[in-house]
Amino acid sequence: MTVGRDTLIDLWTRMVRIRRFEDRVATVAANNEADGFLHTYSGQEAVACGVLPPLRDEDWFTSTYRNHGHAIARNIPLDGLAGEVYGKANGVCRGKGGSMHVADQDYGMIGGMGIVAGGLPIATGVAYGYKYLGKDNVSAAFFGDGAVHQGAWHESLDFAALFECPVIFVCENNLYAESTYIEYHLNAESISAMAAPYGIPAVQVDGMDVLAVRDAMEEAIDRGRSGGGPSLIEAMTYRYGGQYEGDNQLYKPAKEEAWWREQDPLLRFRATVEGIIDSAELDAIDEQAAADVAAAFDIAIAAPWPDVSELTTDVYAPIA
Amino acid sequence: MTRTLNIKDALNEALRQEMEADSRIVLMGEDIAGGAGRDDINPDGTDCWGGVFGVTKDLLGQFGRDRVVDTAIAETGFVGAAIGASLVGMRPIVEIMFADFIGTSFDQLLNHAAKLRYMYGGKVSVPIVVRTVTGAGFRAGAEHSQTLYSLYTHVPGLKVVAPSTARDAKGLMLSAIRDPNPVIFMEHKRLYLLDDDVPEEPYTIPFGVARIAREGKDVTIVGVQKMVHTALDAAKLLAEEGIEAEVIDPRTYSPLDEDTILGSVEKTGRLVIVDESHPRCSLPTDISALVADKGFASLRSPIKMVTGPHTPIPFSPPLEDAFIPDAGQIVEAVKSQFEMARS
Ligand SMILES: Cc1ncc(C[n+]2csc(CCOP(=O)(O)OP(=O)(O)O)c2C)c(N)n1
Ligand SMILES: [Mg+2]
Repeated sequence: MTVGRDTLIDLWTRMVRIRRFEDRVATVAANNEADGFLHTYSGQEAVACGVLPPLRDEDWFTSTYRNHGHAIARNIPLDGLAGEVYGKANGVCRGKGGSMHVADQDYGMIGGMGIVAGGLPIATGVAYGYKYLGKDNVSAAFFGDGAVHQGAWHESLDFAALFECPVIFVCENNLYAESTYIEYHLNAESISAMAAPYGIPAVQVDGMDVLAVRDAMEEAIDRGRSGGGPSLIEAMTYRYGGQYEGDNQLYKPAKEEAWWREQDPLLRFRATVEGIIDSAELDAIDEQAAADVAAAFDIAIAAPWPDVSELTTDVYAPIA
Repeated sequence: MTRTLNIKDALNEALRQEMEADSRIVLMGEDIAGGAGRDDINPDGTDCWGGVFGVTKDLLGQFGRDRVVDTAIAETGFVGAAIGASLVGMRPIVEIMFADFIGTSFDQLLNHAAKLRYMYGGKVSVPIVVRTVTGAGFRAGAEHSQTLYSLYTHVPGLKVVAPSTARDAKGLMLSAIRDPNPVIFMEHKRLYLLDDDVPEEPYTIPFGVARIAREGKDVTIVGVQKMVHTALDAAKLLAEEGIEAEVIDPRTYSPLDEDTILGSVEKTGRLVIVDESHPRCSLPTDISALVADKGFASLRSPIKMVTGPHTPIPFSPPLEDAFIPDAGQIVEAVKSQFEMARS
């Protein structure tokens, strides 16, 4: 294994923090403790944690409404994230964005976008900017399997290929676009196959295996930093929750979900590191993650609401 | 016979009745049935969702996947396809899940649906209905809460409908489907569960005819969609202080019933327009301009607009609540008119 023990511990820490955070979000939703649409990331942890840690802090990325995992994989503090779920003043967007629009550019996270495929053109432009400015940074854009039908998706791949932008398009293929199954909505053989006509190198990886995702990402990063232009990664994964919390999920066969749960990224990771890290150590990290999440939610619950005067601030940037 | 139905069910009934009567109608949109590709676990043809808000619930079971079509997330594609299909005799009804997403299909509406008839010399028409969901107050954040009425109203060739009651929703939907033009049909997500007496048999309500939701002699309050109800709340408060407000629901914004608004202002001498949208280039500014132009002589005080602010819609509950106009603001606006009377 090329990945060192410290890195493995770090990846595990990020993954269990996501899982425990989303466990709590699911409870919050079930108990009606927070308003709005809450889209959980459980099941997809290996994608965020394979993609984001190999990037530098200055490598910016775009996210979607299903963004908590991306924020946590980038080590955005949990209390600010929990605050945003409630719309509290301590939220990462001071409550103005909400769960769907989590952002913190200090951590490279441009933000969660609510419009499907909305982030791809922007991440492409970030990469275009890096190139123009002579930086060796790369950008990334997360999107779901459902996003490939958008004009914005195709136009971004086209632009990125034409101008050799160092952007990494990351598809989290969880087999469903809301309630619609991929075999119905996708006519192409795969999403990675859709990159070929644009001349963009693409791979399909096991999105339940954090190290496999990481390998693909490292290759894409090398390509981007060395002037090789864009890449696309299709990570095959599964969302355990509904499209949003409260979704009846009648479209999911129980057997399918059971199969994917056997591929659970946390279980898979435990198996991979057997003999390198003992399970008691992994358990302790998991317990710590749960405690950190609980503490973060305590902070968020106790935090004040934003002052109503915030309604009209930040519409325009002041002229310097 | 009438019975109580909410707006969601009244719309569902309108769609069902018209689909039964006219086989040219197909519904298209994302997850309007739900579970597409998973008929193996829903073999009896039941839908999983019936749309996010359930407006198209159970239509799949009755009409099948040929007529209730779950699309990919490709608004430009399916809105454009609806336009094309309508040119050759179909009557497509498409759903844009939230009005905020219309940006992804706007070109097909703005430059094609709205203009084909005019620029091609009047031989073709585009009988489509674009259903979409408006409105704040659902804690859905900046990209799932807008109304955007005025974007469409601005465009010649489009008709714009925004009902506030179940009775109107059904009658206006049937008119929309039968109309030979592209109709943007806007449904407010916070009104779906509002009950009203709704006739069972099919009926139409013509476009361009406002509904007087409450009669009064002292001030005219025009409400836009959900704000009709807020205006009615305000009217009750005003009545306690001896001010009788007339509340008007234009129901359709293109065409707009100018006569009813002008006639009411002629009677009351005062006009307040209430809209949860942003204030600039909006329905309230449009209606203000109408009355300033054609009803100036009737006005006894300045026209007042009560709207959301010129900001995106925030997620945070107290901020979103502050965004949406309430009855108290309307009462204040009306009272200020009595203080600023024209001599
Ligand atoms: C342009 C646009 N159309 C429709 C929607 C409504 N919508 C939100 S998420 C979603 C499904 C997206 O599926 P996918 O891209 O696979 O992402 P996942 O939720 O599975 O991560 C849809 C249709 C939207 N947000 N934006
Ligand atoms: Mg998906």
